[in-house]
Amino acid sequence: MRGLVLAALVLAALGITSATAQVAPGVNTAAIAAERPPELLSAYHFFRDAGARTPNERVTPYDLNTPLYSDGALKFRYVYVPPGTQAQYRDEGVFEFPVGTVLIKTFAFAADMRQPTENVRFLETRLLIRRAEGWVAYPYVWNEAQTEARLSPIGANIPVNFTNEQGQAIALDWAVPNRNQCKGCHDLAGNLTPIGPSARNLNRTFDYPFPNIPDNQIDFWAAYGLMDGGAGGDAPTVPNAFDPASGSLELRARAYLDVNCAHCHNPQGPAHTSGLDLRWSQHEPIAWGVGKRPVAAGRGSAGFEFAIDPGHPERSILLYRMRSTDPGVMMPETGRQLVDNRGTALIEEWIAHMDAEGRVSE
Amino acid sequence: MRLIAAAAIAAIVITGAAEAKTWRIRPGADAEQRLQTALIEARPGDTVQLGRGRIELTGGLSLDVDRVTIRGDGAERSILSFNGQRRGAEGLLITSDNVLLRDFAVENARGDAIKARDCNGITIRGVRVEWTRGPNAENGAYGLYPVNCDNVLIERSIARGASDAGIYVGQSRNIIVRENLAEFNVAGIEIENSFNADVFENVATHNTGGILVFDLPGLPQQGGHDIRVFNNRIVDNNTPNFAPAGNIVAGVPTGTGVLIMANSNVHVFENEIADNGTVNVLISAYRESFQDAHYNPLARDIVIRDNAFGNTGYAPAGDLAALSQLGVPMPDVLWDGATVYSQGGTPRTGLVRMVVNDNRSTRTGVGSFLSLGMAVAGSPLTEAQPDPTPPPLVAIAEPERVRIRD
Repeated sequence: MRGLVLAALVLAALGITSATAQVAPGVNTAAIAAERPPELLSAYHFFRDAGARTPNERVTPYDLNTPLYSDGALKFRYVYVPPGTQAQYRDEGVFEFPVGTVLIKTFAFAADMRQPTENVRFLETRLLIRRAEGWVAYPYVWNEAQTEARLSPIGANIPVNFTNEQGQAIALDWAVPNRNQCKGCHDLAGNLTPIGPSARNLNRTFDYPFPNIPDNQIDFWAAYGLMDGGAGGDAPTVPNAFDPASGSLELRARAYLDVNCAHCHNPQGPAHTSGLDLRWSQHEPIAWGVGKRPVAAGRGSAGFEFAIDPGHPERSILLYRMRSTDPGVMMPETGRQLVDNRGTALIEEWIAHMDAEGRVSE
Repeated sequence: MRLIAAAAIAAIVITGAAEAKTWRIRPGADAEQRLQTALIEARPGDTVQLGRGRIELTGGLSLDVDRVTIRGDGAERSILSFNGQRRGAEGLLITSDNVLLRDFAVENARGDAIKARDCNGITIRGVRVEWTRGPNAENGAYGLYPVNCDNVLIERSIARGASDAGIYVGQSRNIIVRENLAEFNVAGIEIENSFNADVFENVATHNTGGILVFDLPGLPQQGGHDIRVFNNRIVDNNTPNFAPAGNIVAGVPTGTGVLIMANSNVHVFENEIADNGTVNVLISAYRESFQDAHYNPLARDIVIRDNAFGNTGYAPAGDLAALSQLGVPMPDVLWDGATVYSQGGTPRTGLVRMVVNDNRSTRTGVGSFLSLGMAVAGSPLTEAQPDPTPPPLVAIAEPERVRIRD
């Protein structure tokens, strides 16, 4: 199934369509530019089918080295860059995307997450659209029949049942964020901004199904004109937080914190007043929380003295808050209701192996 | 000609008024969704009017539109109830400029009650924030919580039950806090890492500590300065400290009237400060180790004058209890005496000026003073060398009155 989708996509990205294939209309640029967004996701023509499984021409899928945890939801990500325009490559931060760019992300659960390609139910598709005045965010919520997704700017709650990777039955109310909650994460100095598509997080292979196509995402984007500049071999990269072969414990832990926390915990983000800076580019352990006392944690401190107490995960506030599901305590504040057991295990191991200065020698 | 101009101005005003919309939110089915929708779709100039009664919320509310008013029918009549809150780190979050909140209540938020972050212009008037079960470590941290804001006005409001501070202004600039009631919190009113604040005509009672002026290291804004605390009633703050350990206020001794920690140019005058079991006024350096190269942990340029002190020192708590047991009588004004501090092992000193003058006391006639003579910030109390000699009188210019800019 995935291979077929990808085949269609790659053909589409290359502008190749077979003579016998039904020619679908291209992406609806008028809908993207419209002041009032369309009520239905299908109006954009990002996908060839009503169920949004098969991307249209120039709608390119991508993955991230280490993604944000969202209760374990599957995420299907695509980027659309308008014809005749290109993103600008940069080493640090999110690429500079041209006006008319759309980042498309669908959240989904498989009925049984041990078989993640079967019985996949889409919950919502979020669009981040680059306008001349900046980015705007629109969430579209899928119907039960999975035939249409409707704009829901004030968010929504969707009851979800699935079996998780450990075989446990999980029931939760999936919270589609409202416009303000979108900004709660996608906020840089007061402006809505994307989080994921940076060089270091895109610098990885993607399972493009043809032999003559670059399998590094940055190389692919550059080769097919989505982006000006950039080469996978020269670009920075972050490890996959959960693949020990991809980097040291410290680097994997910091990659996890960068993606899951640094969108708020950076000097220009919503949590800048905490003084905690969890960006990949921050190299001072005190800024990660090592030996740092809480400021406004309230009962989030759990009675512990430091955000990170080196060697002592059991009395580190950062880990305590990652393990909580109490809205007055938990971190991140939004975007999850479950605990990321893989993430907490990684951070626990990292703190346990820290020396007094907050470093892990390997 | 002038008439025409006047007419034109009137037309503009009327047009502006005609465009503003009032969103009326009555309690009842879907009230949460209607309210959050209004807060998202409101345009600058609009009012969101809360009806009488309780609106039950399951998630945190947020407003990100400039020049919006949220108002209710009174702090006892229009209630946002977070008893069933399952999501959101605060009850109500404001992230836009020139917002006015008035005449409603926020009850039992799971985290902070009302947080205003990165705002220029936030006015909170006649609002009540409360945890209705009374003091409890499980209550949210802050009641009214502007942080990194400019032009903050909090007046005629009530804060009860916060497990940190009832009214907390952090890392902000240009602040007025007046005519409020803060009770049954750990800290009644706390001004932290902030510049230019006037705190006056408030009542702080039944807290662990009445009014706190703090400066902490390692934050984007530090070096708090120019704070005036005057004409307040700071009485009977003896609620046992119920802050979760680890938080800085967990170290506030039960029974503290005013606590100044670090900061420069803090003037405390013409207050009634009485019946605080440990001490009426405590002045201290920041006592923990720190790595912030720009931080000065000393309390300096502090003026305590013309206050009316009542009973104190009859139930000293925390470390100060031990001091009292050594036979050191608790004064009205207690200073740790710190004038030197260590920064990454390097000793540093700063000019520390202190004026304690013209205070009255119902106990001793003249308000009493004691320095613990612990010259190095953070010294253990075992090194105290108590000295009741008041510091020499010097002139320390009072900060100018704070004016809120529109």
